[in-house]
Amino acid sequence: MGLKKPKIKSIKYEEFQDNESLEKMAAELNANGANVILGAVDDVINWGRANSPWSLTFATSCCGIEFMAIGAARYDMARFGFEVTRPSPRQADLIMVCGTITHRMAPVLKRLYDQMAEPKYVVAVGGCAVGGGPFTKSYHVVQGVDKIIPVDVYLPGCPPRPEAFLYSMMQLQRKIKLQKFLGGVNRKEKKQK
Amino acid sequence: MDLKKRILEIAPETQFVEQGDIKAIVPSSSFYALAKKLKEDEDTSFDFLLSLTGMDFGDSLGVIYHLESTKYGHTCVLQTSTTNRENPELYSVCDLWKTANFNEREVYDFFGIRFINHPDMRRLFLRDEWNGYPFRKDYDMDSNPLNMTNEVTEDKTTELTIDAEGNVIEKENTLFDDKEYVINIGPQHPSTHGVLRFRTSLQGEIIKKIEPYCGYIHRGIEKMNENLTYPQTLALTDRLDYLSAHQNRHALCMLIEKALGVEIPERVQYIRTIMDELQRIDSHILFYSCLAMDMGAITPFTYGFRDREMILDIFEQTTGGRLIQNYNVVGGVQADIHPDFVNSVKKFIPYFRNILKEYHDIFTGNVIVHQRLKGVGVLSKEDAISFGTTGGTGRASGWACDTRKRKPYAMYDKVDFKEIVYTEGDSFARYMVRMDEMLESMKIIEQLIDNIPEGAYQVKMKPIIKVPEGSYFTSVESSRGEFGVFLESKGDKYPYRLKYRSTGLPLVAAVDTITKGGKIADLIAIGGTLDYVIPDIDR
Repeated sequence: MGLKKPKIKSIKYEEFQDNESLEKMAAELNANGANVILGAVDDVINWGRANSPWSLTFATSCCGIEFMAIGAARYDMARFGFEVTRPSPRQADLIMVCGTITHRMAPVLKRLYDQMAEPKYVVAVGGCAVGGGPFTKSYHVVQGVDKIIPVDVYLPGCPPRPEAFLYSMMQLQRKIKLQKFLGGVNRKEKKQK
Repeated sequence: MDLKKRILEIAPETQFVEQGDIKAIVPSSSFYALAKKLKEDEDTSFDFLLSLTGMDFGDSLGVIYHLESTKYGHTCVLQTSTTNRENPELYSVCDLWKTANFNEREVYDFFGIRFINHPDMRRLFLRDEWNGYPFRKDYDMDSNPLNMTNEVTEDKTTELTIDAEGNVIEKENTLFDDKEYVINIGPQHPSTHGVLRFRTSLQGEIIKKIEPYCGYIHRGIEKMNENLTYPQTLALTDRLDYLSAHQNRHALCMLIEKALGVEIPERVQYIRTIMDELQRIDSHILFYSCLAMDMGAITPFTYGFRDREMILDIFEQTTGGRLIQNYNVVGGVQADIHPDFVNSVKKFIPYFRNILKEYHDIFTGNVIVHQRLKGVGVLSKEDAISFGTTGGTGRASGWACDTRKRKPYAMYDKVDFKEIVYTEGDSFARYMVRMDEMLESMKIIEQLIDNIPEGAYQVKMKPIIKVPEGSYFTSVESSRGEFGVFLESKGDKYPYRLKYRSTGLPLVAAVDTITKGGKIADLIAIGGTLDYVIPDIDR
């Protein structure tokens, strides 16, 4: 049993970037093996979670408009199960940091992140959220959100194209699929002397 | 009327500098009296404070005022300064022009100049505990590391007044007292259109007072510009108000071209005008979609975004960018228009003209919309001028403030279009102005699209541009008002000071006046019709 290669329906596994880090994650999780029944239950849970990540409506600048665009009919993120956005962090699974994070906003973002329920994910959208973007030399801009909160997927671009948004969400889905809630086995752990 | 003579009569020590735009340098002691006289006298009546810019001259700190008369259309530029860098104090003009209230707070925030008689001398964009004043030339960029503690909101503010003996004394004012019921809206709120924060004092569900807090997306673009060459500064204009990306960049290009005295080929003027108008339609569609969404109507949102994509496709075809295009450059445009550009625009216009009727059918005629927008959030014409709420908001209040008509640029004096003016000043008028403006924009595009002349799409510029010494101001009509650029140049390849007149800051400043006495539920609809973009306010 154990975690398999995360599969996304519309794109082949080989066509995704950065498969190595996912494989490393899977190998670590599978190191101790998995319970046959609970592992299967895990698969079902992960399948459900990966196909319905609810994002927080959080946008500080330009990328937010593109985020609205993927919510609309043409790019339609509902096809992949992302369509539910929540204004309250208590009801959100992931936060898409759309736009520049400034010094004044940083504590607010941290607070929003802390208010979200586990398991939670962060996508850094756009050059500003990834590393400060065109504003790296500013006195009031945080040089990437990973300075404040852990980031799962980085999505560069200024602003990224809607297709890139969808791709980043798929990458996140793959990551969500690699998680164990029940199926882990602790038996093989050696006693500490 | 000779304005120069007039100013000299009131303040005889005034000096005039004629580098770039003519600037009157007024001593700080006689400045307030001059400003008051210029505003109140019948033959000058400078009732519109277009822009208020803080400056660090090196040895002194000062403020530059751009005044305009809505009655006569004449303009003047005043400058006043103080050599006291330790404790700079100037007289406030916020009782003459309401827009000065927020602008002076901005100057205090960036330069540390305190304004006497200003009722609310707090920082506007930065946190209260910020060290130093970032726009001063001697500011240490590393002096404020990231502070992750949660912000404490103070209810007290200071005011500087002059006592009977002529000394400056500090007085404490209260924003909200302990008995008031204050709720917080934002910065994380889906209908503030970004990271804006309101503290709202309520009496039941009636709004007593609103205090806006800005700066959650303040990136210090103006300060960054001081270390960038002129072509580099262009890139940041698109990120101010991303729904007016073309127009913002157009303004800065125009300013540099004007200062250098470069003649722009007609082809470029055509392309720029068409692009500006497409951008305006794009922005207004988004306005319509978001307003409907804020009020709980989802279908107009999908309608709007469907048609907006067509404009974005046209942009993408020529410029390669959807939202941020980076298209204008000094001396022209980045690349020639796509061979298919004319065709796609001509396909889009009749389609959209038809679809606009559908927009009205589904939303404008709806009885809920009427009840929520008509007679709600009225802004009088006097207030609109005093706050400087240009654009759709000003025109809805009966103020004909369209920069395209007032100070024609590019092709606007050669095309025939109507300036949309409503007189009601309520939310519905603000909505209708924008809906009707889309028709006018289409009319402009139709007049130009078939006649784009052949020729160069760019004037070859030197790789390093040096703007001659002086101060310059240009403005364009962006999607939501008059977007101005002020440049103070010392003849270097870097600007000495580059200031953008934000179109959104006056709107946010006016929110308190517009909503006072209204219902809290209407705040969202009013905010939607004001149509501000937060990154443009905070810069």
